[in-house]
Amino acid sequence: MSNEAILHGSEVSTHEAHHDGHGEHHHHETFISKYVFSMDHKMIAKQFLITGIIWAILGGLMSVLFRLQLGFPDTTFPWLENILGHWAKGGKIQPEFYYALVTMHGTVLVFFVLTAGLSGTFANFLIPLQIGARDMASPFMNMLSYWFFFISSVVMISSLFIQTGPASGGWTSYPPLSALGDASIGSKTGMDLWLIAMALFVVSSLLGGLNYISTILNMRTKGMSMTRLPLTVWALFFTAVLGVLSFPVLLSGFILLLFDRHAGTSFYLSDIFLASTQKALPNEGGSAILYQHLFWFLGHPEVYIILLPAMGMVSEVMSTNARKPIFGYMAMVGSIFAITILAFLVWAHHMFVTGLNPFLGSFFVLLTLLIAVPSAIKVFNWLTTLWRGNIRFTPAMLFAIGFVSLFISGGLTGIWLGNSSLDIHLHDTYFVIAHFHIVMGVASFFGMFCGVYHWFPKMYGRYLNNTMGYIHFWITIVGAYLIFWPMHYEGLAGMPRRYLDYSGWASFNQFGGLNHFISIVSIIVFAVQLLFVFNFFYSIFKGRRVKSENPWGSNTLEWTTPIHPGHGNWVGEIPEVHRWAYDYGKDGREFIPQTEPISANESEHH
Amino acid sequence: MTMSAFFIIAVLLLGFLIVFQIAKASEYVAVLKGEKKTFEQNNRINGFLLLAFLILGLIGVYWCNALLKPKILGEAASDHGQKIDSMLYITLVITGIVFVLTQVLLFWFAFKYQYKENRKAFYFPHNNKLELIWTVIPAITLTILVGFGLYYWFKITGDAPKDAMTVEITGKQFAWIYRYPGKDNTFGKKYYKNINEAQSNQLGLLWDDPASHDDIVTTEALYLVKGQPVKLVINSRDVVHDVGLSHFRMKMDAVPGTPTTMWFTPLYTTEEMKQKTNNPNFEYEISCDQMCGKGHYSMKGIIKVVSQSDFILWRAKQKANYVQAFPEKDPATAAPAPAADSTKSTKPAADSAATAKK
Ligand code: HEM
Ligand SMILES: [Cu+2]
Ligand SMILES: [Cu+2]
Repeated sequence: MSNEAILHGSEVSTHEAHHDGHGEHHHHETFISKYVFSMDHKMIAKQFLITGIIWAILGGLMSVLFRLQLGFPDTTFPWLENILGHWAKGGKIQPEFYYALVTMHGTVLVFFVLTAGLSGTFANFLIPLQIGARDMASPFMNMLSYWFFFISSVVMISSLFIQTGPASGGWTSYPPLSALGDASIGSKTGMDLWLIAMALFVVSSLLGGLNYISTILNMRTKGMSMTRLPLTVWALFFTAVLGVLSFPVLLSGFILLLFDRHAGTSFYLSDIFLASTQKALPNEGGSAILYQHLFWFLGHPEVYIILLPAMGMVSEVMSTNARKPIFGYMAMVGSIFAITILAFLVWAHHMFVTGLNPFLGSFFVLLTLLIAVPSAIKVFNWLTTLWRGNIRFTPAMLFAIGFVSLFISGGLTGIWLGNSSLDIHLHDTYFVIAHFHIVMGVASFFGMFCGVYHWFPKMYGRYLNNTMGYIHFWITIVGAYLIFWPMHYEGLAGMPRRYLDYSGWASFNQFGGLNHFISIVSIIVFAVQLLFVFNFFYSIFKGRRVKSENPWGSNTLEWTTPIHPGHGNWVGEIPEVHRWAYDYGKDGREFIPQTEPISANESEHH
Repeated sequence: MTMSAFFIIAVLLLGFLIVFQIAKASEYVAVLKGEKKTFEQNNRINGFLLLAFLILGLIGVYWCNALLKPKILGEAASDHGQKIDSMLYITLVITGIVFVLTQVLLFWFAFKYQYKENRKAFYFPHNNKLELIWTVIPAITLTILVGFGLYYWFKITGDAPKDAMTVEITGKQFAWIYRYPGKDNTFGKKYYKNINEAQSNQLGLLWDDPASHDDIVTTEALYLVKGQPVKLVINSRDVVHDVGLSHFRMKMDAVPGTPTTMWFTPLYTTEEMKQKTNNPNFEYEISCDQMCGKGHYSMKGIIKVVSQSDFILWRAKQKANYVQAFPEKDPATAAPAPAADSTKSTKPAADSAATAKK
């Protein structure tokens, strides 16, 4: 559909003339159509963002609770019992509840915050604005995408309140544990709700992803060739491709699991005798490992679904604030592309010690370490982008620099884990926890903060408070390293993940003091995130007003819209694009917007 | 406790309030001072902090290592473990160099090229030669790592030596069961539907199969012989578990329905490790490394590595599972008749009754 058709629906006319005041006062908007069932991509983006923030607070709070247990295994907290009832009998978090917490924490942060909250927000917000479109290809599907996410959230939350509690088999939910209610209390109704919520989530993510892809391919404004797209858009494009191709596989895995749970099939079940019932199950011939293949076929691409949007935003913000073009634009696009392809070919590196054929495993080692090459290219290109720049340290820029630091630290430990012989020792230890929290968890959060600080003025016409931004950044980056760096050592000692108490283990109880320390730091870091949340909501209403259309001196199209763009984004015609997005510092000029035609005496390049 | 929780919340709120006031005030000050001046000041402070973060961070990395390295279990206690440790050091050196190099460049560039009124950013959109260099160098480095890695990987996962002793280990919620083949060196057949804990048949051994009669089944500890390769055949009775042997640096999942294997050679007896680690309570522990339910964190097994002679002594003292299930068949207490040799295929009727179909 053309840009015009989208806003006008069936009354579209094919004539060339454009109406002035386009999109500003076309619809009679009610509260419901503007804030609830909105079809404006910008409003949908804000809905994703705010829902994501709420989820992040919940998910973070869960981690504070289980860190209390890990850091203070001998202390009782009577107030916990007041809040949580029998889950914290006698002021101690019960094992079932501990496992429910880690499961929910992982699921919520991986899917609801860093997938929906991150892609949902920025793909919606930035794609139309940066490619020069009035809205998504299908605003209606876009709205559905949010509401499926919302229903999915409601189902997931509801599982916290049922008698037997939420799912508790880990965010990966491996069967047979997740298939058998008699094996774990969390595998009763909680697991069904988890599966239903995740299925709805997949629907939401497919609706969104297909929309992002078709919008980017079909709705670019005049002159916006693919090679002139800002890197944010490229990153969001490949993110959507990854999601569209891999989420259906996950869904199939879940459906088989549902069958095993309720229809008596044996896809994943074989040779099981349950101690709790003293009964042998009839299922024979299934393979528990099959599920792991299906899961990680999404699971690995998923980590890049989380990371790529952050990479895109970091590239954009870094170039803007270094006042210098992003170095190696084509290499940046090429490396995202390579990462996307390879992301589908490495899933079994999560399964080196499942009994996987060692010969097969060796291919996965090769392909996994291959991913480090495009990753390295990206890092060196970011470093060169900073080199001889004229750098402004806005909060967004600081988070971008922090992102690169974290990506280096966590990417390098990926090289350890990708080497199967080392993974024998490190698999399922705190080393893995450290690896993926640094490279995915914290780094992507940094990308998200970078995006929020940078585009908040475009979202709300006001700035976030800078001082709070700086405090937020510095405490978070120091805290993140203090929390996750020492965990590598616990992992090197073989300390397993998903244990709630190590005091009974001669091999691991030497880390009691360290766990104590980590827990205290994580509570502080969590509190500082609340400061950010406060800054966010406060600034929506009371922040310093944005006075110019282009406060960062940026080249991309979103900064050519009015300070408070209406539905339709541009008043009058959509601007035409004449150049790539990164002409910063060219010919002695600080920046040259994409809308400016190439002048006759301009120096060569792009 | 509630008092201190209240106190903590009060402190947090106060902290928030103070930060908020400062943040607000700084915005007004910015207006008074002029935006440009404030920006320049903030920029200088943050540039300096980035440099400080780099320096303190690198010192912190060093310090953290000094503090925690002594806590990571010491020397590997198996031949494979030693290979894994060498691989670990190779990887550490390579990634360590890259780590320091890139982090230093990152923060140093950020500091050095911070905004200056009269500095012009250098328009440098791309350079094919540079990009080629940093594609090729990582590619070569990673090839080296893959080379070493796979060399060790195939050594470790290759076939166990002929003289290896075979032991079966089975995970269940939430304990480990070990089985030795007995004098005949063959494991008897088993079938999961035969499991009957009340009748002392934890693994579902088929008493029809005479090879099962001398199988030793124990949950006490896994006894291994120093210097003798051991091949573990790994099973699970219910959900996925994982045999984690951190001192040996080995690990393998226990998957219901699909047996897996792993082999290694223990290098030090438990007694020797007590001396090596200066810890009289030292034990080799088996940790379950795959989430398996509410008791996962306590699913511990013990390995006793002993000398060959101690092992023979220990084994002689074990009762066959068959005898535990049918105490009347115990050659030691029952009739003085010439012991129910396990190789004989005479089966009392009671056995057949207890054995299900198959
Ligand atoms: C240089 C590139 C990387 C390599 C070679 C690599 C390799 C690996 C390997 C082999 C594992 C499995 C470890 C185990 O369970 O034993 C792993 C785990 C993981 N990686 Fe990476 N990784 C890389 C980068 C990333 C990135 C960029 C992300 C995310 C954005 C990421 C996210 C994760 C996550 C979430 C897990 C753990 C999942 C779980 O078990 O719960 N990794 N990585
Ligand atoms: Cu992966
Ligand atoms: Cu376990």
